[in-house]
Amino acid sequence: MIKNFADYIVYSVVGASPETRFGTALNFFIYDSIKIFILLSVIIFLVAIVRSYFPPERTRRILSHKREYIGNALAGLLGIVTPFCSCSAVPLFIGFVESGVPLGVTFSFLVSSPMINEVALVLLLGLFGWKVALLYISTGLVVSVISGIVIGKMRMERYVQDYVYQTKVGNIEIAQQNFREKIEYARDYTRDLLKRIWPYVLIGIGVGGFIHGYVPSDFLLKYAGPGNPFAVPVAVLIGVPLYSNAAGTIPIVQALMGKGMPIGTVLAFMMAVTALSFPEAVILKNVLKMRLLLIFFGIVAAAIIGVGYLFNSVL
Amino acid sequence: MKIEVLGMGCTNCNKLYQNVVEAVKLSGKEIEVTKVEDIKKMMSYGVLSTPALVINGVVKVAGKVPKTEEIKVWIK
Repeated sequence: MIKNFADYIVYSVVGASPETRFGTALNFFIYDSIKIFILLSVIIFLVAIVRSYFPPERTRRILSHKREYIGNALAGLLGIVTPFCSCSAVPLFIGFVESGVPLGVTFSFLVSSPMINEVALVLLLGLFGWKVALLYISTGLVVSVISGIVIGKMRMERYVQDYVYQTKVGNIEIAQQNFREKIEYARDYTRDLLKRIWPYVLIGIGVGGFIHGYVPSDFLLKYAGPGNPFAVPVAVLIGVPLYSNAAGTIPIVQALMGKGMPIGTVLAFMMAVTALSFPEAVILKNVLKMRLLLIFFGIVAAAIIGVGYLFNSVL
Repeated sequence: MKIEVLGMGCTNCNKLYQNVVEAVKLSGKEIEVTKVEDIKKMMSYGVLSTPALVINGVVKVAGKVPKTEEIKVWIK
């Protein structure tokens, strides 16, 4: 139905021919924009309702005094459903470690929570299909669990800022919302989020459409194909300064995949965009000493690069 | 009555502060609204996500921005 609408607008109203580059690019742009905005509205709304059942206070209670391995796996899973904003990273971190969540388990949460976020999921689902979306979730979980276990084994507790373990965390019971309030909250949340990200989504889809129509296929095969061993680490490096802007980058990456970028490189790039962000590093500096901060980012980056190589060689 | 807005200067924290000031103005009462940016003080309330709103020492909301109308009801 959306396809027919896009065809109608492009070929009848605008009068472009499906044979021209302009026609394909515009068609791609209109079709994807409509599809993505419908998906964003529905899925973000549903995710917001699910998340209202997992406030961070509850997640902390579940993870408190859990052992490694099982704790890391749980933290990765809870990271998906617990709402997280990098602006809350400091109180969250202190609250977790102070109430007995092991350091490595806390890090598993800190990796999976921003990486597996609703906007990235919608764009992956809408543009790449459910197989890639599922692949992204499962490899994201693996990266978060491995990173957390490694940091846990390294016994890095003394590289947490000294005041963290001295801070007293009070206990609160925040009033539970009733179902109507949850619905209202989810509606407002969806509206606010869409308001914030729509320009990036449109620009991303626009650039993607341009690449789709104008860049020759296999263009990237030479530079970023499976034959180039540096493609994965370079993709990760490029991903870091993109500030968790999944909304703008995923449509572009999707178009690049059509031009010969292999799936492992694509996954690594997207994980770098969502999980390794410079502003988050600045915020985490408040609770981590430089050494642990660098080790944390280094381990996550290494795990992401590993995933990239693995998928490039297997698929 | 004492109202505290907890947060470390994020966009949502400022939005919450504005909503609170607005609600206080509409209520016509003289209520002191303070921003709490010290992390230790914030943690003493047990808040894990910001922004948070504390009225007379009781955490009303954490991790989201309530609307002016909601806040008005609490400060009545």
